[in-house]
Amino acid sequence: MSDTFFSGAPHWTWFIIPYFFVGGLAGGASFLAAVIDLFGKPEDRPVVRTGHNVAAVGAILSGLLLTIDLGKPLRFWHMLFQSENLPAIMFKPWSPISFGAWAILLFGLCSVLSVLGARAEEGRLQNPALRAVGGTVRGGVAKLVSGAGGLLGIFVAGYTGVLLSVTNRPIWADSPWLGALFVASGASTGAATLILLGPRRGATEQAVHRLSAFDTRALVVELLILVLFLVSLGSVNRVWLSFWGLLLVVGVIGLGILVPLGLHLKPTSFGGLAARPIANAAKLVLLGGFLLRLATMLASEGIERYRVAAGI
Amino acid sequence: MPEPMGFFTDTTVCIGCKACEVACKEWNQLPAENGGIRELSGDSYDNTRRLDGIHWRHVRFIEQFKGPYDGRWLMMSDVCKHCVQAGCLEVCPTGAIIRTEFDTVVIQSDVCNGCRACIAACPFGVIDINPVSGTAQKCTLCYDRLKVGLEPACSKACPTDSIQFGAISELRTRAQKRVEQLHAQGVQANLYGADPNGALGGLNSFYLLVDRPEVYGLPRQPQLPASQLAKSGSLSVASAAVLGLLAIVGLRKRRMDEQSRGGPGNV
Repeated sequence: MSDTFFSGAPHWTWFIIPYFFVGGLAGGASFLAAVIDLFGKPEDRPVVRTGHNVAAVGAILSGLLLTIDLGKPLRFWHMLFQSENLPAIMFKPWSPISFGAWAILLFGLCSVLSVLGARAEEGRLQNPALRAVGGTVRGGVAKLVSGAGGLLGIFVAGYTGVLLSVTNRPIWADSPWLGALFVASGASTGAATLILLGPRRGATEQAVHRLSAFDTRALVVELLILVLFLVSLGSVNRVWLSFWGLLLVVGVIGLGILVPLGLHLKPTSFGGLAARPIANAAKLVLLGGFLLRLATMLASEGIERYRVAAGI
Repeated sequence: MPEPMGFFTDTTVCIGCKACEVACKEWNQLPAENGGIRELSGDSYDNTRRLDGIHWRHVRFIEQFKGPYDGRWLMMSDVCKHCVQAGCLEVCPTGAIIRTEFDTVVIQSDVCNGCRACIAACPFGVIDINPVSGTAQKCTLCYDRLKVGLEPACSKACPTDSIQFGAISELRTRAQKRVEQLHAQGVQANLYGADPNGALGGLNSFYLLVDRPEVYGLPRQPQLPASQLAKSGSLSVASAAVLGLLAIVGLRKRRMDEQSRGGPGNV
């Protein structure tokens, strides 16, 4: 028996699961927006702007979910500053929850600055103060902020998995692959979000096709890492002999990865879903990304230590 | 600077009276579970089942019976191990968990924000949220009593000296003598957590056991949570690098396709 079965569950459930999903999605979208911003073309700007918007909304939502989940929400700032030694900052580079709190804050800051810069560029900012701030985020500064936001975004997407690995809980601490898996899932769900929202902000059909092509590759990487993750769990895999295992196989691997891959590669084989294969695949990728967090979190949370210790 | 202090729990003399549980609850003013309504666990004589935010001491009852007259009871009063290398202290993002001058590990309730990272980090399942305070709580090794030269409430109340309090160096010597005594009597006895070169740098609350640690609900080789950090972090970075390259390659491929078609190739 793995030594992780003697630890206690942290009750990270109905605020943390959406947070992991939204943070991953926002981080992935920001990462893609940064790559396209730095290596793309002017006609890709609608996708970049959509990415920054998704990142900003996602980062703010992530911060709110994380704060609401605390036992003492008004003390959220204790993660950033030493409450008894102000204004000294609180930062532990070896604790993912500590550096993650800073990453979300900086990620949100970069994303909001990028949004303000893009809105100022379009002349859509009425507030003079916001217009002044947005006006400074242009040219090289905009690229720098976008690049930093992209790196912080993919960091936020992945640190959630690393955070789980840096515990003593079953599944989470039994494999080093969760961070990599959440990075890949963040990229695939981020691309799926841009596929669905991009056209509303003026993204061209070609841009959506390119995002879809990237999503295909990201899903292949995600599937590969998911297999490595399961192999690395070894005997702990018996935990999946439960509803959460069924959800992982049917919901995450089947509906969330294999069906979208099929829709990308051979849409005609999928009946009604083939009518809008790219959009339908994107919706399924988002569903799979959420179910991945749900199954991973609740399969471990559900293990009651006193029953395991008693051999029941 | 005081010496490192702690507990040596000799499980062979525990009689399961739960005086330690009661003394702990009383001194630390810990609330009753379920609003005080008695709830039977159905697990032997164990009605509190585990250590958590309102149970800082837990007497574990283990029944090992092959038949009606062939078996034994194992009883162990469990508590926070006050690890020399503490996983909870390592991950705590607010600095609420501190090491005291007695080398014990204490959660400052006025600093903790209830993020629960310490709960998942503890390899022994010791910590949980106290529903009254909304913060993570566990045994403080009666820090307030130690400060004024008093013994912790649980060891003070223990009628058989199963829980012994003192300087760690002295407790280790005493524990080793007890193991030798039991070995001379033909009893298989081992110390758990007494080795300063063992897991987590040794435990400041260590045990004498007569069966495998797992039987008592203790991990065989407890780990610090950060032992996974470098590997997990490296694989995440590698994954991000692969995905970044795939995205860049996709964009470059478009440019090359456009150039081969004679279209605009500049980025």
